[in-house]
Amino acid sequence: MSVQSTSPQFKQNAHHALHDMQLQKALGNVRQNFIERRAVAAANLPEFEALRDQACDLRDHVLAHIDLYLEAYEKKVLAAGGHVHFARTSEEACQIIVDLAKARGAKSVTKGKSMVSEEIGLNAALERNGMAAIETDLGEYIIQLRGEAPSHIIAPAVHLNQEDVEAEFRRVHTHLPADRNLEEPETLLAEARAILRSKFLASDIGVTGANFLVAETGTSIIVTNEGNGDLTQLLPKVHVVVASIEKLIPTLEDASAMLRVLARSATGQDMSVYTTLSTGPRRPDDVDGPEEYHVVLVDNGRSNMLGTQFQDMLRCIRCGACMNHCPVYHAVGGHAYGWVYPGPMGAVLTPSLIGVDKAGHLPNASTFCGRCESVCPVHIPLPKLMRHWREREFERHLAPASVRYGLGIWAYFAKRPRLYRLTSSLAMRLLALAGKSKGHFRWLPLAGGWTDYRDMPAPQGSTFQAQWKKQGGDR
Amino acid sequence: MSVTAGPPGPIRVGLFVTCLVDLFRPSVGFAAVKLLEEAGCEVVVPVQTCCGQPAYNSGDRPDARALALNVMSAFSGVDYIVAPSGSCAGMIRHHYPELFADDPGLSARARAFAEKTHELISFLTDVMKYDHVTVSYPRRVTYHDSCSGLREMGVKDQPRELLKTVNGLELVEMKDADVCCGFGGTFAVKYGEISDAIVSEKAKNINAAGAPVLLAGDLGCLMNMAGKLSREGRMTEVRHVAEVLAGMTSEPPIGAPSRGA
Ligand code: SF4
Repeated sequence: MSVQSTSPQFKQNAHHALHDMQLQKALGNVRQNFIERRAVAAANLPEFEALRDQACDLRDHVLAHIDLYLEAYEKKVLAAGGHVHFARTSEEACQIIVDLAKARGAKSVTKGKSMVSEEIGLNAALERNGMAAIETDLGEYIIQLRGEAPSHIIAPAVHLNQEDVEAEFRRVHTHLPADRNLEEPETLLAEARAILRSKFLASDIGVTGANFLVAETGTSIIVTNEGNGDLTQLLPKVHVVVASIEKLIPTLEDASAMLRVLARSATGQDMSVYTTLSTGPRRPDDVDGPEEYHVVLVDNGRSNMLGTQFQDMLRCIRCGACMNHCPVYHAVGGHAYGWVYPGPMGAVLTPSLIGVDKAGHLPNASTFCGRCESVCPVHIPLPKLMRHWREREFERHLAPASVRYGLGIWAYFAKRPRLYRLTSSLAMRLLALAGKSKGHFRWLPLAGGWTDYRDMPAPQGSTFQAQWKKQGGDR
Repeated sequence: MSVTAGPPGPIRVGLFVTCLVDLFRPSVGFAAVKLLEEAGCEVVVPVQTCCGQPAYNSGDRPDARALALNVMSAFSGVDYIVAPSGSCAGMIRHHYPELFADDPGLSARARAFAEKTHELISFLTDVMKYDHVTVSYPRRVTYHDSCSGLREMGVKDQPRELLKTVNGLELVEMKDADVCCGFGGTFAVKYGEISDAIVSEKAKNINAAGAPVLLAGDLGCLMNMAGKLSREGRMTEVRHVAEVLAGMTSEPPIGAPSRGA
């Protein structure tokens, strides 16, 4: 069963987020750090824009031939001694992994960071079947301790401040001296590492996601900054890669191009600290590696997006740049979106995966400022795709009645220019009279969403068109 | 369409006033007329309502198309369509072609119409090569880049360049001038609380810039920012950039009481 969604309560979620001072403080960091670093990285690489175009074309090419690439990839994985499992739904994906684990008597499963495993609800599925799922990425580890979902696709604990993490570690790691120094990020990382070390060694199965799957070689690629992914996939006897079907790229050469835009767009690094490629299980003369190598390819609604208005969304390489630059994300953070994927990419993807009836708020809660699209490394037209969701909602009469009604009245007048000129001028003259002394209104009927928070400037008087006509203006 | 291929005579510009300017701040429309005439254009104002963006962004394509068709016929006889708003100009330039993309009878017309459509300030500088004004405004001002103007119409340096030619004016940049003010059309009402959080951040940056005057090129954003600053009790004067460039600043700023009222 995939993760429960609170997307229908987006407004309430946002309300809580806006009043959560600790969260607001943490979100300040997103606004600062990510944006600046990406801008510097982009400016320092003359061919960055060309690389973006290339990345976009490459992803389009793969999506146009995804059946061929899936087939080629599967062949190569098999040839390398691995196994490929196809899962149509979250439930199937979890079942495959649970069955694999049970058949091997696994008790403990370590995990690298993987958004698709969040999507399918893998940890809960493993735990329901009596196995421990242990997150090994620092951010994931922290939120797992807190029983939270990631609030960002590359920085899962970005909603927390250092003090919050310190407090959590002191709460949970009670076997350590209470007076230890945890003031530096490095000391927090070191403590988590020390604790995770034993978990790595005791792990029966290592699960990682994949940033890319290379069809040419049957290789899966992950990038991390902590190296936890390597230990996750090398130490246990079984390595399971769980990835959604659109992660494919044709060749290793393409991978290098994609990795260059990914790291710069995500964290502003030239390259992530660790880039790990794995192809099949350990070979006879390999010094280490798993005995078994499995890939679980998850569809979970993606193939339904192929050939639709939303296909462009499948180009996404999960860099997080869109949310890093989103004023709505900056205001409310990732949890408010109510499902696995937040920010602009979530506003498009979530309705595709769980239904626009549940996630309808997300594509509506955007100013269409366009900053997300301007930084998306693969040129996904995010505002346009959000608008497509609004169109679907409108067609299906899912938009709130008040919105449809208001829009209907407005459109009635707007479609009748002469009637509009007459009535609007009258209305504005009245409104101007009412607002004359202050120049603005502190309250207006039907405009509470506006006047609860800011004043509404009063009109000057008669409309431009009425004045123009009076002055004998043209037509 | 090419100007040189047309009949001789002045360039005919159809002013797309935009519904907000028409309704709330006609003085911006008159400032636009003045600037366009100074730049050598003949200005006409066909009877008009709205570009259709509110319908379009609410997912209501049928009404958006009906309104777009109205605009295209009302402005059929002009060389250029110019709007004192990057948002409305962007709607026509980028989204009219998309609205009619699968209509063989109209797609070419929508594309041609879109190409003739410009945002006011960039039209003055880029098309009319109007590179300086002869007015004075001895104030410190800060300028907000409205999103559609910036990202859809490439309006960034043009207003700043023209403002520099205003006698006595000093332009100070605020932090994050290119970040959304939280208006977003119906978003400001539908998600008022989030919109407020965004405009509060914007107001912080405006206040920190320390300029007594805030300018921008889109009335929606201006009303949002003016409304927030006024609710905060700030005295910042908020105006459309065209008012300053045209030397037409006798009207009270946006949201301020009229003189003698
Ligand atoms: S939509 Fe674009 S910017 Fe956002 S995560 Fe995906 S690739 Fe990155």
